[in-house]
Amino acid sequence: MIDKKILSEHNLTEEEYRRIIELIGKEPNITELGIFSLMWSEHCSYKSSKAHLKKLPVKGEHVIQGPGENAGIIDIGDGLAAVFKIESHNHPSFIEPYQGAATGVGGILRDIFTMGARPIALLDSLRFGPLENAHNRSITDGVVSGIAGYGNAIGVPTVGGETYFHPSYSLNPLVNVFCLGIADKNKIFYAKAEGPGNAVLYVGSKTGRDGIHGATMASAEFDEDSEKKRPNVQVGDPFKEKLLLEACLEIMDQNLIVGIQDMGAAGLTCSTSEMASNSGSGIEIDLDRVPQREEGMTAYEIMLSESQERMLLVASNDKVKDVQDVFAKWDLDAVVIGRVTDGDQLKVRFHGETVVDIPVDSIVNLCPLYLRPSRKPDYATARLDLPEQPEDLNAVLLQMLDQPTIADKEWIYRQYDHMVQTNTVFLPGAGTALLRLKGTESGLAMTLDGNSLYCYLDPRTGGKIAVAEACRNLACVGARPLGVTNCLNFGNPEKPGIMWQFMEVIEGISEACLAFGIPVTGGNVSFYNDTEGVSIHPTPVLGIVGRIEKIDRAVSTCFKSEGDLIFLLGENREELGGSEYLRTVHGTERGLPPIIDLDDEKRVQEFIISVIDEGLVSSAADPSEGGLAVCLAECVFASSREFGFAVELDDEMRTDALLFGETQSRILLSAAPDKKITLLSAAKNAGVPLREIGRVEGTRLDIRHRDRSVIDIPILEALRVWKNSIPERMSTKT
Amino acid sequence: MKCGVVIFPGSNCDFDTHHVLKNVYGRDTVFLWHKDHSLHNCDLVILPGGFSYGDYLRSGAIARFSPLMQELQEFADRGGMVLGICNGFQVLLELGLLPGAMLRNKNLKFLCRHVHLSLENTATPFTNRGEKGRILHIPIAHFDGNYYTDPATLIQLKQNNRIVFRYCDTDGKITDESNVNGSMENIAGLINKDGNVLGMMPHPERASEAILGSEDGRVVFDSVFHYLKTGSLQ
Repeated sequence: MIDKKILSEHNLTEEEYRRIIELIGKEPNITELGIFSLMWSEHCSYKSSKAHLKKLPVKGEHVIQGPGENAGIIDIGDGLAAVFKIESHNHPSFIEPYQGAATGVGGILRDIFTMGARPIALLDSLRFGPLENAHNRSITDGVVSGIAGYGNAIGVPTVGGETYFHPSYSLNPLVNVFCLGIADKNKIFYAKAEGPGNAVLYVGSKTGRDGIHGATMASAEFDEDSEKKRPNVQVGDPFKEKLLLEACLEIMDQNLIVGIQDMGAAGLTCSTSEMASNSGSGIEIDLDRVPQREEGMTAYEIMLSESQERMLLVASNDKVKDVQDVFAKWDLDAVVIGRVTDGDQLKVRFHGETVVDIPVDSIVNLCPLYLRPSRKPDYATARLDLPEQPEDLNAVLLQMLDQPTIADKEWIYRQYDHMVQTNTVFLPGAGTALLRLKGTESGLAMTLDGNSLYCYLDPRTGGKIAVAEACRNLACVGARPLGVTNCLNFGNPEKPGIMWQFMEVIEGISEACLAFGIPVTGGNVSFYNDTEGVSIHPTPVLGIVGRIEKIDRAVSTCFKSEGDLIFLLGENREELGGSEYLRTVHGTERGLPPIIDLDDEKRVQEFIISVIDEGLVSSAADPSEGGLAVCLAECVFASSREFGFAVELDDEMRTDALLFGETQSRILLSAAPDKKITLLSAAKNAGVPLREIGRVEGTRLDIRHRDRSVIDIPILEALRVWKNSIPERMSTKT
Repeated sequence: MKCGVVIFPGSNCDFDTHHVLKNVYGRDTVFLWHKDHSLHNCDLVILPGGFSYGDYLRSGAIARFSPLMQELQEFADRGGMVLGICNGFQVLLELGLLPGAMLRNKNLKFLCRHVHLSLENTATPFTNRGEKGRILHIPIAHFDGNYYTDPATLIQLKQNNRIVFRYCDTDGKITDESNVNGSMENIAGLINKDGNVLGMMPHPERASEAILGSEDGRVVFDSVFHYLKTGSLQ
């Protein structure tokens, strides 16, 4: 009998239970209830977010596949398609950082090669608590090792990403993994179970008890007992996945299958029911045939297991032998466990008995959707009283460079193989990831972005800026954005304040995507990022993919030659609200984030793309956290570091706001002196503000404001602080 | 002249190596499957980088039992040209074609970065196009690259000039600081007694095209092609 206790263990409400009975016309048995608890979990059903996600623009001329499949697909020319997606693995990474992060990588890779694409790039957005705390250090170390352990072994380069440190992630780190693969535009595979009578094959690793209820776990808040959930975290085997990847791409290349779906969250349950639902078919499987690595597993456990490195295939019966031959070559199991049927029932047999018999529609499509109440929280209206400007701005710059969010991330990316597959043109640390496409003249640029402090203070503006900044990153390389994937990390949506943040962020993202004319092709929502009642800052992470037609025209962020002139594109404004400067130096998270005018932003981006294409620019970088001063320093650090800069600014405003404010729609570029006239006149024609502010020279970071020296630091001194920040913190014992 | 790139389960630099041989150099290049028993008349056989069998035991420890390794051993004994890169080097050590073993990197972390290598011996089939003392800029990407051998073997390696590459600083000095992974004597690459088997941890296939930032890895491919064509170390 299903009682209240069982329902609560399955994270289902009594109302949801009544709806289940109504839909399937009977009381579910425990296996059926387990299936509903997974498929109706927030993680799988998007029940609190679906109604709002509809606001995101999904159409565009390059879109081959929008949201709803394993990944989004855009046409990138040359007969090729880019298949990409971002997913979160936050909850598992908190409980078991290494395996949580590793299986996050494994899961997103399967989403990509399931569609017939060979994965060529991984990027991660990581959010940790401050490294001064030993637990946060151990989470950081475990997550980075886990990403490295999986990505390096399987041979997909981790080419970029972002890492933020903030107290709101102390007990709730975020691990968002983005993957992009390349497919032949005419050879894309979908999660279809078509053709009654066709065989359903199980391939890959054997099923164990790991990960049971993973999706349910990711749909609830954590409390002090969270450690006990460790057995819910799956264990990754990148070697198995490498074999699976090669075998799957081989059967796809030989056109041996009708459809394919990976077994990720909710394992066998999700793959069988979604494939059947997508094709309006039924499906029947026999669990006795499922390869198992533990004895005595129940039907409930087999259906709910989230063991990794498994896939479900549908093939016509005459192709089964060929499929099995390919898998045998790669030493993998490929077992027929059932068939596609007429009708729309999911039927599961175990030990000769039918243990599940329910309509697939009820599991996949008929979960109740919620329009949860929302309310603007009080904190969002708190006023900012600007603190006094510190005397010693050199010390402030050094403090900013020492802040791990801004500091050098080499400690992290050096552990990732970022060069395997030999496409990486800009190494991590250069800003945006840029990959060549072998056999073409073009390249793909990709970036992850999302400032959660902006989103906390003003989620709508924060959402807009996340899109604008990601596009700006691409523009600084010379690439035009083509498509977006997003990972929306929020607290408990049952709290009205969180729901308000979520709805506002979506409005912002949506408005910006429309303005840039770029579609959202998929993504992921991660709610319940709360531990012991504390929610994370709202953290949408935007993954944007762009294309550059001639890759040899691309420019990086670093200064290239002594004597080059430095220009500022865009306007400075006195904006300090929501800045990393206020947070780090003054301990304040107040005020409003910088304003963003999407029309200005577009003009600035169009301009930089065109002058890069014309070969007028040596480097381009956009100031973000830490503002102009930090951005200028980074342009030096990313180079061979032989020359510094001398910059003079005459804007009438507080010097700290000028140096460290995070005003949007600005780009710092450098160019050879003989390009000056052409650049300035191009800017005039384009109607964008561009002015010369200094020169690449000397061995110091040298900034003057209204004839007063405000920053003057030797390169090596600043570099040492920036480089040592993370390694020194990570090597702290205790 | 024909080149072969071996695929073990878990190899992941097989395509990259194939790409350089085939598309950058335009050589006839085939993949060799680890379960086969033929080297298909290749003149140069490359064991590529990767994680053969997941490196769950010791790196290269299981791959060395692949069926094809019997033919490889015979090929090497007959003087055939064999190049092991990264995991391929580890397999060569496990096969006993080269002496010694790899420990974990001294910082106990995976390391991916460009390093400087000093070219120590140019009188080999794999380095004859380089100048002695030249400093090469080539990436490494490994967890187990900390070379170790017994003292007697080390003396022999030095006496017979079999250390081909050593980690160095930007000026070519062999220092502890530039010894990225803690290898004995900063060893990054070794050759066998007859000079036909080279193992190296750095990845020359990642430094063979200008767009990737360095073409220094080409010295290895240029040299071995020159040697195969002319039979000369000059």
